[in-house]
This record gives sequence, C-alpha cells and structure tokens, in this order.
Amino acid sequence: MKGPELVKLIDTTLCTACRGCQVACKQWNELPGLKTRQLGTYQNPPDLQWNTWTLIRFQEYEDKDGNFEWLFRKDGCMHCTDAACVKVCPSGALFHTEYGTVGLAKEKCIGCKECIAACPFDIPRYDGATDKVYKCDLCLTRLRADQQPACVKSCPTGALTIGAKDAMIRKAYARAKALGGDASVYGDKFVDGTHVIYVLGQKPEVYDELPKHPSVPAAIIVWKDFLKPLSLLAAGGVLAGSFLHYIIHGPKTPDDDVNTKEGGA
Amino acid sequence: MTNHYCDLKNADVVLIMGSNAAEHHPIAFKWILRAKEHGATIIHVDPRYTRTSARCDFHVPLRSGTDIAFLGGMISYIIENDKYFKDYVLNYTNASFIVNSGFHFEDGLFSGYDAKKRKYDKSTWVFDQDGRGVPQRDMTLSQPRSVFQLLKKHYSRYTLDKVSSITGVSKENLLKVYEIYASTGVADKAGTECYALGWTHHTTGSQNIRTMSIIQLLLGNMGIAGGGINALRGEPNVQGSTDHCILYGNLPGYLKMLSASLDTLEKYLHKYTPQSKDPQSANYYSNYPKFFVSFLKSLWEDKATKENQFGYAWLPKMDDGKAYSTMHLFDAMYAGKVKGFFAIGADPAVSTPNSNKVRKALQNLDWLVGENIFNNETYEFWRGPGVDPTKNKTECFLLPAAASMEKEGSQSNSGRWVQWKYKAAEAPGDALPVGEIEIKIMAAVKKLYEKEGGPNAEAIVNLKWDYLDGKGHMDVIKVAKRINGVFLEDTVIEDKAKGTKTEFKKGELVPGFGNLQADGKTACGNWCISGSYTADGINKMASRGKEDPTGLGLFPNWAFAWPVNRRILYNRASCDVNGRAYNPKRKLLQWTGDKWVGDVPDGPWPPQADRAKGKYPFIMQKDGLGALFGPGMAEGPFPEHYEPLEGPLAKNPLSSQLINPAAEIFKSDMDKVANASEKFPYVCTTYSCTEHWCTGALTRWQAWLLEMQPELYVEIGEKLAREKGIKNGQRIKVSSIRGEAPCIAMVTKRFKPFRVEGKEVHQVGMPFNYGWLFPKDSTSDSTNMLTPTVGDANTFCPEYKAFMVNVEKL
Repeated sequence: MKGPELVKLIDTTLCTACRGCQVACKQWNELPGLKTRQLGTYQNPPDLQWNTWTLIRFQEYEDKDGNFEWLFRKDGCMHCTDAACVKVCPSGALFHTEYGTVGLAKEKCIGCKECIAACPFDIPRYDGATDKVYKCDLCLTRLRADQQPACVKSCPTGALTIGAKDAMIRKAYARAKALGGDASVYGDKFVDGTHVIYVLGQKPEVYDELPKHPSVPAAIIVWKDFLKPLSLLAAGGVLAGSFLHYIIHGPKTPDDDVNTKEGGA
Repeated sequence: MTNHYCDLKNADVVLIMGSNAAEHHPIAFKWILRAKEHGATIIHVDPRYTRTSARCDFHVPLRSGTDIAFLGGMISYIIENDKYFKDYVLNYTNASFIVNSGFHFEDGLFSGYDAKKRKYDKSTWVFDQDGRGVPQRDMTLSQPRSVFQLLKKHYSRYTLDKVSSITGVSKENLLKVYEIYASTGVADKAGTECYALGWTHHTTGSQNIRTMSIIQLLLGNMGIAGGGINALRGEPNVQGSTDHCILYGNLPGYLKMLSASLDTLEKYLHKYTPQSKDPQSANYYSNYPKFFVSFLKSLWEDKATKENQFGYAWLPKMDDGKAYSTMHLFDAMYAGKVKGFFAIGADPAVSTPNSNKVRKALQNLDWLVGENIFNNETYEFWRGPGVDPTKNKTECFLLPAAASMEKEGSQSNSGRWVQWKYKAAEAPGDALPVGEIEIKIMAAVKKLYEKEGGPNAEAIVNLKWDYLDGKGHMDVIKVAKRINGVFLEDTVIEDKAKGTKTEFKKGELVPGFGNLQADGKTACGNWCISGSYTADGINKMASRGKEDPTGLGLFPNWAFAWPVNRRILYNRASCDVNGRAYNPKRKLLQWTGDKWVGDVPDGPWPPQADRAKGKYPFIMQKDGLGALFGPGMAEGPFPEHYEPLEGPLAKNPLSSQLINPAAEIFKSDMDKVANASEKFPYVCTTYSCTEHWCTGALTRWQAWLLEMQPELYVEIGEKLAREKGIKNGQRIKVSSIRGEAPCIAMVTKRFKPFRVEGKEVHQVGMPFNYGWLFPKDSTSDSTNMLTPTVGDANTFCPEYKAFMVNVEKL
C-alpha cells in the first residue's frame, strides 16, 4: 500500500464483535487454533497469546447511572512511532517499516522477551516451544503487495479501515465529533503517535486493558538513549544489559517459560 | 424478504425483532449500520442483549414468546393515536371490507373452532359480497363489521398495562418503541422489520410475522424502498431450498402439495386456483394451472399427457388433515412406522426438538443413509450416549458429499437473488454433489422398477431426469434450464392487449412464467425462477452488473431476483392511486402515463385510479389488496397472543386459551410438558452464535472457530446466579422435563429478570451448536435434549425459543 505512513483505524462503535478479524489473522498468518475452555465469556482465547495476535475484548460495562453497554475492543499491536519494543530488541528482530509500523523478523528473534517487558500496551507474547516472541506486523507482506491487512479485509461493517496517516486521523476525529458524548480518539497523542488508532465510544479509562497514558518505560529511555551509547564505549555492556533485565523483570523465575499453548487461564 | 439486503439502508426506522442480525448476518448487518449512519433509528427488541443490541440505538428486552402481545399493543397504539397512513390503508388494504356476520371472536377463540380436532372451520372468516361477487366495502371505515373496526376492537384489549404485564416490558419502553416506529406512517418515511428464527421458532411463529404485516400495512410500509418485512435467512441457501420446496406442504415455487381427497387434476386445480370477480384485481394466481401443469411436464414430459391428467395420479398425496413435518416424521419413526431414512446435509439427532425422542426413534430404523461432508451425531446414533451398538439392527450408510464450494450451481439469498457460483475446488476422494448422488440413486431405482415393477411404478419409470453430462456427472446447466422452463412444442402466444403474436420453437427456453401454458406445451421446474436463463443462452443468475440507476441499491443487473427480477415486492404500492411516488426522495417506481419506470413493476397495468385498465397493487392476493384480515391462517384472521406450550403462567392474561388452540399436540410417552411448574421455573430460549453454524456439524471441526466457542454454555443473569449460588465459568446442569444438558454458566449483566403478572420471571439462554461426537473430548451434547416436540400451527416450525427449565449446580 502507498505510504509513507499508514494508520489502521479501529472504530469500536461499528464493531459487532463477529471476530472475523480474529480468524482472518490466524488464517493469513497460519496460526493454529488451540484447545480452549468456555470460561464464562465470549472472549476466547482469554488473552493475546503467541498464536493470537489480535483479539476482541468483550466487556460488560455499566455506567454510574446503571446504563449498560457491551463494549467490544479489538486488541493487538498499536505500532508505535516511539516503539519501546524496537528500542529494546537486541537482535534487530523488531524494526520500523517503511509504513511507520513495527515489523517482526521472527528468524532474528532470540526469545529474550525484552520487548514483552517494554511494551506499554502489553502486546508481544512468548512461545516456549519455538523460543520466540510473536505479535501483529500489520500483515507487512500484504501491505507490500498493495493489499489491506487480513483483519481489515475481513471486516464486514467498516469498523476496520486503513489509509494514509493524516487522512485517517482526520477521519477518526470527524467520527468522534459526529458521535458526540464521551466518544474519543485514542492513539495519536502518545508514543509519538501509534499507527493503529481507535475511535472509542466511551472514555479510554472505561476500557479494560487499555492504558490511559501509555509511554515508553523510563528505564528504557535511560538505557537506550543514554547508557547504551556509553556502554558501547566501555566493556560494561553485558553487565548493564543484565541490570536492565533485572530492573524490568525482577529475578528470573521458571514461570517465564510457561507455554500458553493450552489456551491460558 | 419482500425487499432485499441492500435496501435496508433506505429505512428511517429499523425494528430488529426476532433476529440477532449482527451475530447471524454479520455481513448483511452493514446495510443496517449504513441506515444508522444516515440517521435512522435502529431498535432491537429481544429477550436478551446481544451483539446486535450493542450496535442499535437501544435494546428493549421482552419475555420470550410474547411478541404478538408486544405488537398487538403497537397496532392499538397506531389506531388509537391516528398514526396510520390513511390513503394507503383505504386504497391498498382490505380495511374497508365488510366481514361476514357469522364471524366473531370471544375469549381467545374465533368462530368455527373444533376443540376435538384443534382446528377451525373457516367458513365464517369471509367477506360479504355485492351482487357481482365482489367484496362489499365501506370507504368511511366506520361500519362496525368493517375489517378496520374489527381490527380496532380486537387490539383495544392490548392495553399498555396488559401488554406490559404479559411481556415484562416497561410501559415506558413500550411507548418509546411504538412512538418511534409509528412515526413511519407517513408518505416520506419508511420503517422496516428484520426477523429470523426469533419469530419463527414459536407455536405462534407465523402469526408473529402476520402481526408485523398488519403494522406494515397500517403504516404504508409495504412495497416501498426501506420498508417491508424482511426474513433474514440462513447461510448458505435457506431461501433457495424453500423456493425449491424443502417444506412438506409445498412443491417447487410454493405450489401446493397434493392431498388424497383431491384425486383428480381438476379438483386440485379448482381448489388452488383463486377466483376473483373484481375486474381491478389481477388475481395473478388465476394462472396457477399453467404453473402446475408445466411442473408436471417437467417431471414426465411426453409421458404426461392430457389423457392421463399430465401424470397427476403419479404424484404422492398426503392424507387429508395430516401434516408431515420433521416432528411428525420422528414421531412416526418413534412409533416404529418408518423403515428407512435419508438424512442429507442434516443432523436431526442434534437439531430436532426433544433429541432423546429423536435418538430413540432412529433406533427403530431398518436402514439409514447419510449424505454429508462430515460425519455427525445422526449417522453415529447407534453408538451415541446410552446406546448399545450390539443391540441395534439399523444398517447405516454414509455417502461423502461435495461441499458448497466444490460444486457449481445457484444459491439464493434472502432478497430472492438467485446467484450463480462456480466450483472453487475439486471435491476430495469419492465425494459427489448431493444432486448427483440423488440422480444416480434414482437411476438405479428406475432400473429396478423397470425390471421388477412395484407400486406406482409409472411415476418412477416415466421420470424424465436426463441431467447427466457426457462424462456421467450432473450437468447443473441442464437443471437450471429445466427450472427456467422450455417449450415442448412449437407455440404461438398471442398478447391481445398489445395485439402481438409471438412464435416460439420447440426446445426454446421460455422467456418467463408469463409464457407458461396449462395445455402441456411447456415444462417448467419452478415457475418462480422462470426467466433466469434466456433463450439466447444468457444465465442471468451469473450476471454481475453493478449499475444502480435508481440510486436505491436495487442493482437490477446483479444476479436474478425472483419473480421476473423484481427487487421489491408489491412495489406499485409505493405510489398513490395515480402512480405518483408517495416519497419523491426514494422513488422506487413512477407511472409515466403509459408505463412504469423504476423497479420491475408488479405487473404492467396502469395504477388503480384507472378504473377500466388499472389494477390493485397486491397482485398475489385474490382481492388485490393487503390483508389486514387474513383468513388463510390456521389460528385466526387476526393474530392473538397465546402462551408458549411451556411457560411460566398457568393462565393466559388475555383469555381462557392458554396456548395456541390450533397447535398440534404430540402425545407419545416421551412428549412430556411442564407448564407453570415449580420444578422448572425459568424460561429458556435457544439460538446459534456467530462462530458456529446450526448444529455445529460443519464448524465444530474447525479449530479456529472452536477455539472461540469451545463448548456448550448457558447465559444466566447475575441475580439468578446469586440466588442459585452459581459462579461464572462453573459447570452446571440445565434440565427440562424431557432431558438434561450439562454446560458452563456464563453469568452476565445482559440477562435481567422480567416482571410478569406481578411475578419475577428469570430467563436463560443457550446456543444449540454442540453435540457429543466431536470435538473428540466433547463434554457437551445437544441443547435440544431440553426442547419440546411442538410447532407452529401453520408450518410446524418447532418452538425452540420458549420452554421451561431448571438450572442447578452439579
């Protein structure tokens, strides 16, 4: 698709939670469907996992006046401009693409999981069996073949659209304005702008698992923008790397390697 | 659908009632969202809050099985508040007709009821006629026996208080819906209704739809862009299979199935060919003999002659007064009266109500043949839960079938668009299209009959089924042409009105059903679809033009819409009696003085103000007008609220008739009923989910879909869950008097208790997409273990949507 910068717009007010996107993502990216259980919710798998790069979150929301709404939010990589994951990735597996999105060259991934800790949106997921991390790359191969991402292609209602960054941001604000009330745009105002933005029917703080003020963790800024250049000059790089791992993750425990193959929960 | 999917965008108000459109028609739902974008109000009335509710302007919960009460209240509101579209009601409906003085309604029953037979004698449900035999009318609508006044009186009983108490809907919510929907009763507004199984799956299913038809006629919403009554039908081909007579009472094109007392063609045609003495009524079904004889000719061609009544005697006949629905089939099978059974693309051990009875019934078979792309619970009934395979004598066969994408042919969508599709992949292994399997089985049966003879051998030996190509495979083009219809002899057709004579050659395809003949000169497999294949070889079903000359989304060059490519039925009702569009902003049709311009009109005649040549718009009705008084229904000309077979109430708040008086009651030892029972105090409704299709017989094999909806669950409101000590995600048991269904509790804010007749009534809901056979470690079985064997009095569509259960912790 024509760039330079693309934005995928998720208009939650048009989403019917049909989950065509969830399936289309698995189909295009050849991700398996795994054994799950019914846990008392339509949301399944219960969270993003190595084989589930996008997920509709179902949330039963009642406002203070008792008005009820079933909220649907398609969760997945936000494709930050100031992407913490790219910053911390030591192997170059995570990279900025020509569209401003964040690609993942999985053959380069060494399974260090730095990106998992760094991501302000809690997106990347680790798979113990392949010792790699997985996340949405906005169907980079499709974009390069002038095709929409699989999720956008599958969306029957127009809740998912993709296009040039400025136009999509304008579209998002126009839509939020037309909706009125608490409708808002989410994504363009932090981490130097994400390449996935939402039109939300409610205020952002209403939505589960959606950070109100996402930002690149301070430790990463200190490390990447200050300590790392220094460490390259000195022999302390390894030590500093370990230190960074420690301050982000805490001490390493065997649980880090739990494979979520069984569908979580 | 009277209209079609794209047309939903033209509505000013969309009432979704009896449908979970967003979940079950996720792609078509975009047209509803488009209407919303244009400023339409979208209303969802449904027992539960679903993904559809989430996208509507608002959701109104009602107790399952009380739709007629809800809509009856709306009829009353429309009449009492003078909200009906007067010009339309007066000119295009039978509001002004005078009803026979013998007709009456008292305490829930109409005149002519026979309690023993649970049937009506409809002889008083008729109109008074003038000397010519034309219905008498009172154009002031004030005569007490006019349809309008009787309608008003009937629904005056449906007061807000009464309706609220029956349905559990607050009076505030009732008024909100009534006001918004009734606002479409003007010339430049359109209201549409979308329903699906939420209306048909009731003992009052057909009358649910009838009630809405009355509302649409009162508001002038029939025959217009953005209006109509729209059945959202299932993927992939429910419309097509209904058009081609999947229901026992029909032959292709909704011709009537034969019954024993109609033992000659003459008697049959006399019964089903309506007569009208009104010169302004087109009474299009007066052509019935042409459609029917052409159908007989399509079966037997040369062997069907005038002398042998075109083979009329060879067609099977139903016993008078008997019905032959799937429920009757399994009832007879349970009684040991059925020896062999073909289950083609079906899984009745999961899908048919009262699954325990169905599974017992299957054990009485000598043989069972399955044709399907996957194995299922029906074909494996002999090793199902609680069945000892060593004690079962049934011989079972499973023939591998091609999937829909592995064969060429037509599929029809709800908008009556017959759309051609091509084969995308070869079927694996020995799998064949089921049509080809049927042709081959029939050829073998024919050979046996030729050799050995047998009862009614002529019907089989004479059958003209030359639908194979040179390689021995089914030739779908040959079938399509036969459905379209063909001249069997050189034929000259004279059009006296136009003063033309047209000559057609033997073997030429007929241009449309207007050319069909009652004398055996034409053969036509399905008159409705006639015109879909042209004599010069154009398959209109395959046309893919995107032109939209009216701007209303009619897309006349996309596929073929039956009848005769008409996109909106009864479209001449969108214009006033002089042929001027009621709504100039959405001009569907317009009379230019010598012809209609726009959609394909419902007949070429001038508008009805032309008393000499003009015709009324509802041409398929005998009297040419929309039927507010509809004498064709089994349970009465005006819909009346009755409780479901199983409900929470011991008494119908509106009358002494608790349940539909015309619904057939099955009486086997396994047909138990528990109405207003303390043991089963909760209303249950069943449904599908987006992620699975029907019994899940196709989708449960698909890991991506199963991952999203892995097993059977029951949706329970928070209050009931608290009362029963049930936690979200816990495994529990749901039971009815007929069976049990262990499942996972989904405790949700989306279900809230109703206030019904002063009592708190809880409702729960379950999907019907699961069975025991797969996935391999399935802990689920069919929800239909719970449902009763009972159905609508007209169609026998089962009552899956309202029955009583208990829920308890395991």
